[in-house]
Parts: sequence; structure tokens; C-alpha cells
Amino acid sequence: MSARVRLWVFLAGAAGFAVLFAVACFGLPAFGTVHHPYGVRAVHASLSHHTANVIASVNFDLRAFDTLGEETILFSAVLGTVVLLRQARDEHRKDPEPAVVHPRVRRFALLMLPLALLVGLYVIAHGQVSPGGGFQGGVVAATALHLLYIAADYRALERVRPLTLYEVGEAAGEAAYVITGLAAVLAGSAFLANVLPFGTFATLSSGGTVPVLNAAVGLEVVSGVVVLLARFLDQAVEIEEPGADDGSPGGAGSGPDNGDDGDDGDDERERA
Amino acid sequence: MTDVLIVVALLLVAGAATAAVLNRDPVRQALVLSFLGLALALLFTFLQAPDVALSQLAVGSAVTPLMILLTVRKVRRRPGDGDGADQRAGRER
Repeated sequence: MSARVRLWVFLAGAAGFAVLFAVACFGLPAFGTVHHPYGVRAVHASLSHHTANVIASVNFDLRAFDTLGEETILFSAVLGTVVLLRQARDEHRKDPEPAVVHPRVRRFALLMLPLALLVGLYVIAHGQVSPGGGFQGGVVAATALHLLYIAADYRALERVRPLTLYEVGEAAGEAAYVITGLAAVLAGSAFLANVLPFGTFATLSSGGTVPVLNAAVGLEVVSGVVVLLARFLDQAVEIEEPGADDGSPGGAGSGPDNGDDGDDGDDERERA
Repeated sequence: MTDVLIVVALLLVAGAATAAVLNRDPVRQALVLSFLGLALALLFTFLQAPDVALSQLAVGSAVTPLMILLTVRKVRRRPGDGDGADQRAGRER
């Protein structure tokens, strides 16, 4: 296909999309009006299941199966990253040298670490009551752990991060979601139906299966993000390509065994 | 009042997104992307979607830029390349 034909095919497709998109936009209800056909039904269903946070009710009750798909996407993405970024046979590990951290940065990060971790866990636990939930809280908690990398050192981060545990945690989070769904089937209802007692409105124990599914997603997301960042950090900080620290411009063709002697102290530990 | 805040947030998002496109250096792009995440989180908050804002704040302004920075660091550290923190983005080896 020549460039000219390709351009015309693209223009035809773009014009078709523009027309359909414009028609669809004119068919939408006006922005910010009082008429919300889906919203009214969702709020009603959410209140009848004692879930104060309607978004959580939509995600984990009305459309829990949808969320299972989204969780599986994250799970598969992390799994793919783990496979792609594993240590290749001709790569070797090199312990990064500890870096000096400005005391003020260290103090601030160490102060924020427990605070951010607590916020993450709070957001996971209160997903059925206030905005947030498993995904949001999970990402906040996982990011909070990495404040240790900023405050102290890569090795300090590795010490609080037994990677195998997080890999197991990721799989366990995914499994817990499916098991909760299957438990509803065993209880004589549909897959992922809300079968638990609904509890008191706007308390931690409200919402039936919503907090359970939130906890499952929270576990999966914390573990998934930690594993994901660990793989990227491994690649950037620890794993060396053959001849990576050779330094000379013609170093591409040098042998794979010259890595550990060329400790020329270039700024390998530069902060990412 | 809310309309004003929404317009301000929209302008911030447009400005940050344009800056991210115009920047040629991936490291700087990652930092601008982090600011874009912050602006988007603000916009979502003003549009009464705090759930989405929370995700955007964590993923868009922390995790994604960090992953880009780590990737840039790994890719640039090649034989004979030095650390190359100040090299041009599209330089070919």
C-alpha cells in the first residue's frame, strides 16, 4: 500500500469516526442536568445494599464481574512484566553502592512513610463508605513503601520487601476475588452476587461482599505494584548487561566476563 | 465558583499536556507527566469524581513517571554510552 493510499484510508476512517462520534455526542443527555436514568437506578441499588459509596457499589456489587476482568488485566500485566524483565542468562547482578541522603529529605520521607501507608490502608478499608477502595488504596500503600527508597537506600527497601511474599500476595488477591464469587454460587446465588448480610449503613461492616472484594483487590494491587516497581528497579539499579561498565566507546564487542572488575564507580547509584 | 475551578484545572491540564508533548527529553517528559497527573487529579476532584482523582494521583503522578525514569535509566546505560543523563532523546547508537 503506497503512502498516498494509506493516507486516504486513514482520512476515510477518521471522517467516519468523526461523524459517528458527533452523532453519539448529540445523543447524550446534557452535561450536569438533573435527569440521570442510570444514576438513579445505581443509587437506589446501592442504598438497598447498604453501601454508602455508590461507586464502590457499582464496581463491586452491580458490576463485580466487570471488576474481576479489570483485576485480571492488572494481574496479567504484572505477570507479563515479571517474565519480560527477568534476569537474562548473560546478565549479572551488581550490588548498588549506598547513596548519601540529605538529612532533611530522610526525615521528611520517614515521617511521610507511616502516614501514607496508613492512608492507603484506610482508603482500602473504607471503600464501601467513602471515596476510594481497593485499587486506589492499594496504589497509595504500594507507593508509600517506596518512600523508603528515597529516605534510606535500595537495600533498606529490599529488606522490607520480601518479593516472593508479594508475588504470592498478588496471586492470593486475584484468587480471593474468584473464591468470593464462587462462595456466592455455593450459597445458592449467582457468581459474585452480594450474599453476605448487608450490615449497618455507613459503617465499616456495611455493604455485604463489597468490603471483602475491596480487600481482595487491595491485596492484589499492593502486591502487584510492588512487584512491578521491583522489576523495574532491579533492571535500573542492579542488573548489569555484559560489558555495561566497560566505559570505552568500543565496548560493545567485549566479552561477557569483564563486568565485575570494571568497578569504575560511575554514578550507578544515581537516583531514579 | 466550581465552573471557574473547572476552567482553571482544564487550562492546567491542557498546558501540562502540551508541555509534555513539546519536551524532547524523556526525563523531563516524565516530570511534566507527573505534573499532568496532578492537574488531572485536581480536574477530577472538581468534577466530583474523587475515586478517579485518587487513582490518577497515585498512578499518574507517581508510579508512571517513576517507571519511565527507571526505563530511561536502563536503556541509556549501554556499553560506551556512559550514564548519558544529558544526552539527546532520540540519539541512535
